[in-house]
Amino acid sequence: MTTNEREIEVYASDLTKVFGSFVAVNHIAFEVERGEIFGFLGPNGAGKTTTIKILCGLLKPTSGEARVSGLDVATQSEEIKKNIGYMSQKFSLYEDLTVEENIDFFGGIYGLSGEKKEERFQWVLGMAGLTDKRDIKTGDLALGWKQRLALGCAILHEPPVLFLDEPTSGVDPLSRRDFWDLINNLATEGITVFVTTHYMEEAEYCNRLALMNRGKIIALGTPRQLKRDWMPESVLELECDDLMTAAELLSQDQAFSEVAVFGNILHLVAKDPEAASARAQETLGEAGISVLNIGEVTPSLEDVFVTLTAKDQENG
Amino acid sequence: MNIYRTLAVSRKEARQIIRDSRSLYLALGIPVLLMILFGYALSLDVNDIPVAVWDQDRSPQSREFLDQLTGSGYFRMVFRTENYKKIVQAIDDNTITLGITLPHDFSEKLKKGRPTTIQALVDGSDSTRAGIAIEYLKVIIATFESDVKLAELNRQAVLARVRQPVDPRIRLLYNPELVSRNNIVPGLIAIIMMVIAALLTSLTIVRERETGTMEQLISTPVKPNELIVGKLIPYFALGYVDLVMVYLMGEYVFRVPFRGSLLLMFAASGVFLIGALSIGFLVSVVAKNQFFATQFALLATFLPTFLLSGFVFPISNMPDVIQSITYIVPARHLITILRAIYLKGAGIEIIAFPLFMLVVLGFLVSSIAVRKLKKKIQ
Repeated sequence: MTTNEREIEVYASDLTKVFGSFVAVNHIAFEVERGEIFGFLGPNGAGKTTTIKILCGLLKPTSGEARVSGLDVATQSEEIKKNIGYMSQKFSLYEDLTVEENIDFFGGIYGLSGEKKEERFQWVLGMAGLTDKRDIKTGDLALGWKQRLALGCAILHEPPVLFLDEPTSGVDPLSRRDFWDLINNLATEGITVFVTTHYMEEAEYCNRLALMNRGKIIALGTPRQLKRDWMPESVLELECDDLMTAAELLSQDQAFSEVAVFGNILHLVAKDPEAASARAQETLGEAGISVLNIGEVTPSLEDVFVTLTAKDQENG
Repeated sequence: MNIYRTLAVSRKEARQIIRDSRSLYLALGIPVLLMILFGYALSLDVNDIPVAVWDQDRSPQSREFLDQLTGSGYFRMVFRTENYKKIVQAIDDNTITLGITLPHDFSEKLKKGRPTTIQALVDGSDSTRAGIAIEYLKVIIATFESDVKLAELNRQAVLARVRQPVDPRIRLLYNPELVSRNNIVPGLIAIIMMVIAALLTSLTIVRERETGTMEQLISTPVKPNELIVGKLIPYFALGYVDLVMVYLMGEYVFRVPFRGSLLLMFAASGVFLIGALSIGFLVSVVAKNQFFATQFALLATFLPTFLLSGFVFPISNMPDVIQSITYIVPARHLITILRAIYLKGAGIEIIAFPLFMLVVLGFLVSSIAVRKLKKKIQ
């Protein structure tokens, strides 16, 4: 099988899911390699969660094919469930049980016993940093700890593929970064991570990204590729001594498609960064405003995302 | 079905039950409360009917009649009076149910062999009680009457002693004192077990769905039947504790005689318990939220169980269609079994049919619950 040679862990082709007259997932296709962190980015209702549920064997696809670790999601969902870890959007451990009892339960469900179970138990406690909190009721933990415990419970059985559905929603930025450090470690160990998110900064952590809107993948690639291919205009940062006058002058100029004030700097959006830079310096020089600094900055994924979904909306 | 996964579910569920102390108290307290409420309130016996008497005659005969009245055990003399108004007043303020007036010529007329009268004023506001009181009074008067007649005849007869032509001797089997409590308590055990068992499990699945843990569960290899059986085990144990408690109350609080095999009783009740818990599971799988689940479990078990189990209303008096419906009410079969074991000391051969019905119903409901859960998950 060619898929095994290329170490494709998750594979979808022409995958479609229809609920009544609503097409939640519309003929999507992608491949995820082993050890890759693959992100699904998109607004609510774009079909991210539905796709994840199909891949986890929780929903049957209407048509098309999808395989996880070589297993067919339509016919081998029972086998798939043994080979994946899944963390849902909502925190879904038992809040009335202690940390230890939750791990014990999921260990039992995943068929761990004896020495192996003890070993994985210790590993999860260590990984999540919960060794000294094992007897605390899960409901009393801060959200960041809960999230890490949920992650630990999802990978107790050492699954080759991990599905995370908006894993860090509601978590503070610091905990979010800790969480992503864990995800990165798992990926380096060879676990394939499939994650959905609507946090742009989170998307930057992914090796590759699929942008989803209204059931379709509208762009796919590394974050860098996406920015390069889908953000044809450049963003310039400009510092000067009379910010307000400068903003007023430049926004009257058709050469810049957008001029915006960000704190004590100006953002200029234009097709040709070289020409725009020269033009801005010239205009401001004539007005007697001295330019302290001007340079190109890389557009954020948010820019890409907004541009692409807007374009998709227009086309649809 | 994987035994380790099933036991993991049981262990988790048991921990949750123990941790949720409020629900645990309810699960153990409600049966005791219901037993006390129904056990005392539902007694259909009428004893110690309070009576006031105005004996205008004050003769040996009138005294004898009153002795028979109070000696029967059904009536209790509250006061004697010489005032008609006091009797009416006592009925009004509920101190007595019955007021009896014996006329001043009571003994005189009896001696002359002429009919005499006894006036009885009965509080009819509780018609059942009034009816029973009147029936008891009639029996006592009839006995007194025949005693008087016999004495008169015996005085006149020279040669032979006269006996009553027919002397009915009714012997009641199984509940010789006709204590309604002996009949009610076994039925009550069935009703309580049905309601409490369905209530116990009615929350388990819908709660997992509401808190989101169900979504996590269905992504694991655990199967619907493992989930149901795993959850069943701790609730079955809890249900058995309830069962033992209500049994002990029947034995020591209500002193209901137990003539059969304890082992058989607990075994049959165990079979019943599986079916009753499964009804709760079914409700829990179908219900949209926890509130609906408890309300529905209560309604769906209590009403049919109370009305169609033969607990209060005899099944033999029901129309044929209703009678056939009662066969799908599990409590009907358990009540038959419990009454047979309690009162008749019946063995397995006698309760074989209702026991078989319990097995069938339990199997049916639990497999429907598993199937519904499977459907819901996919």
